[in-house]
Amino acid sequence: MAFGAFATEAPAAEPAPRKKSRIVLFLLLPGVLYLLVFFATPLVSLILTSLQAPSVIGDIGRYDYAFQWQNYVTVIETYWPQILRSFVYAALATLFALLFSYPLAYFIGVNLRRFPLLQALALTLVIAPFFISFLLRTLAWKQIFADEGWLVGTLQSFALLPSDAQINGTPFAVIFGLTYNFIPFMTLPIYASLERLDLRYVEAGNDLYASSWTTFRTVTVPLSMPGILSGVLLTFIPAAGDFVNASRDFLGSTDTAMIGNVIEANFLVLQNYPAAAALSILLMAAILILVSFYVRRSGTEDLL
Amino acid sequence: MTVQAGAAITDAATTPPRPERRPFRLGVGRWGLALYSVLAFVFLLIPIVYTIVFSFNDYRRTNISWRSFTLDNWLGVCNAQGVCEAFANSILIAVVATVIATVLGTMIAIALVRYRFRFRAGTTLLLFLPMATPEVVLGAGLAAQFLAVGVAKGIGTIILAHVMFCISFVVVTVRARVASLDPALEEAGRDLYGSPNQVFWRITFPLLLPGIMAAAMLSFALSFDDFIITTFNSGAAVTFPKFIYTAAARGIPAEANVIASIVFFASIIIVVSAQLTTAARRKRLAKKA
Repeated sequence: MAFGAFATEAPAAEPAPRKKSRIVLFLLLPGVLYLLVFFATPLVSLILTSLQAPSVIGDIGRYDYAFQWQNYVTVIETYWPQILRSFVYAALATLFALLFSYPLAYFIGVNLRRFPLLQALALTLVIAPFFISFLLRTLAWKQIFADEGWLVGTLQSFALLPSDAQINGTPFAVIFGLTYNFIPFMTLPIYASLERLDLRYVEAGNDLYASSWTTFRTVTVPLSMPGILSGVLLTFIPAAGDFVNASRDFLGSTDTAMIGNVIEANFLVLQNYPAAAALSILLMAAILILVSFYVRRSGTEDLL
Repeated sequence: MTVQAGAAITDAATTPPRPERRPFRLGVGRWGLALYSVLAFVFLLIPIVYTIVFSFNDYRRTNISWRSFTLDNWLGVCNAQGVCEAFANSILIAVVATVIATVLGTMIAIALVRYRFRFRAGTTLLLFLPMATPEVVLGAGLAAQFLAVGVAKGIGTIILAHVMFCISFVVVTVRARVASLDPALEEAGRDLYGSPNQVFWRITFPLLLPGIMAAAMLSFALSFDDFIITTFNSGAAVTFPKFIYTAAARGIPAEANVIASIVFFASIIIVVSAQLTTAARRKRLAKKA
C-alpha cells in the first residue's frame, strides 16, 4: 500500500495558474485548519509545557506555566546517554538499512524492469511487513533470539557466541530490530529513483571505459541520490524516536533505552510532563536541523 | 553489498559493442543480485511466517514455544479476553480516521496542483512537517494539548490524532495522481457545456479515484498499525497494537496472532487484486490504442 506514496511518476507540467480564490479557500481551509489545530498548536503547547515548573514541590503531575529553561539543562544532564544512544542507534540502523536495501531496490527497479508482474510481486513482498502488526513482527524476532531458542543454541554450539551470552537486550538486537522494521522505508524511495534511472547514462559510462565500479559510483549513485536522501530521512526519523524496539518487553533492556523510552516513561508513567516535553523539543530540533539540510540540497518543492 | 550492485551493472566494457535492441547486459552479477534479492525477501518474511505459524499453536498461557498444531485459536478468536474488543476499536478508529483524512487530504491535493495561491509554500511546509516529526513528538504534543485544554482521552482523541498524521500521506499520494491528470479532459467536459459540478463528479473524480483509493488504503494501514501516537492519546481505550504492547509483558495469546494473520491475508488480497486490475486495464487500453 505504502509504495503509492513513493513509486509515483514525476509530476507532469502543472497547468497555468487560475484565479479562483473562493474555491481554493474551500479546498484548503478545512485541512489546513485541522493541521493548525491538531499539529501546530500542540507543538506550541509542547514548548510551553517544556518550560513549566511543578505547582508544589512533591505534587506529582501538576505544573504551572513558568519560564523554567532549567528543564532543558536538567534533561540533558540526566538523559544524555539515552539521547546520544538514540542518534547512534538510528544512524547505524539507517546505514544497515541502506546497505541492505540498495541492491534489492536495484534488482527490482532495474533488472525486473521488463517484467511488470514480477516487479509488482517484488514490491508487494517488500511492503508485506507493513501488513502485519509492527509489534508482533518485533516480538517474533525476540522469540527467534530467545536465550533458549535454536538460534542462540546453534551459535553457542559453534562457539560463535559465549555460552552465557544473550542476543535479546543487547544493542545488537535493538539495532537489528530498528533496521528490520524500517527497511521498507529505505527500499521504496530508492526503488522509485532507480526505476526512473536512464540506463543509457550507465552505458555511456562504460563506453567511456569506466570500470563497472566507477560507473556505479559516479553515475548510478548520484542519479539515485534523491531516493537515498528520502530513504535516509524516512528511516532515520522514525528510528530515532522509536521506543518499541528498545523497550524491555521487546528487543531491549534498561541499558538500551532510547530517547523515545524516556519520553514515554516521563509522560505516561512518571507524569513529569515538562521533562517529556523538553526531550521532545530537543528531538524535534535535532531532526529539523537534519531536514533543513536536506531542504537546502533539494529545494522545498520536492518536499511532498 | 553495494559492490555487488556495482558489479552487476554491466560488463559491456570488455565485450564488443552490440548494435541490437538489448543494449544493457548484466552478466554474472545479475544472478548474484537475483540470489541476494531472494534471500532478502526470505529475511523480510521470517517474522510474518513466524506469526502465522504460531497462530496455530496449541499454547498454554504463553505462546512462546511450539507445542502442537490446533485450529482452536482460529475457531475461537474472541476467546482471549479483550482481543476482539481491541480489534473492533482499531477498525472503527481506522475507518473514521481514513474517511476524514482522505476527504481533507484530497481537497488539499487538488488545490495544491491546480491553483497558485499566496500561502502555497507555507501550506506545503505545514503538510511536510508532520511527516518529518518523530511520532513520539506528535504523540506527546497532542497529549500535552489535550491536557492543557482538559479533554478526556479515549477513542475520540485517538481518531483526532490519527487524522492529523494521515492527512499528509493522503496529500502526497493523491497529489501525484492529480498532477498526472490531463487538464484537456476537463476542458473537453466544459466545452460540452458541463457545469463545474458535472465536470468534477463525472470526469475529475473518477479519474482521481485510483489515487484516492490508494491514499485511503495507506491511511487505513497507518492508522490501524499505529502504536506510538495512540499510546499517548488513548487513555483507557485499548486498540489492537496497544493490546499487544500491554500483553507483551505477560505473554501474547495466540488469538492475537490469528487476528494479525487475518489482517495480513486481507491486505495481501486487496493489494494483489488492485495490481491485477490495474494490469488488466493497462492491457485493455494498450489493445485499443
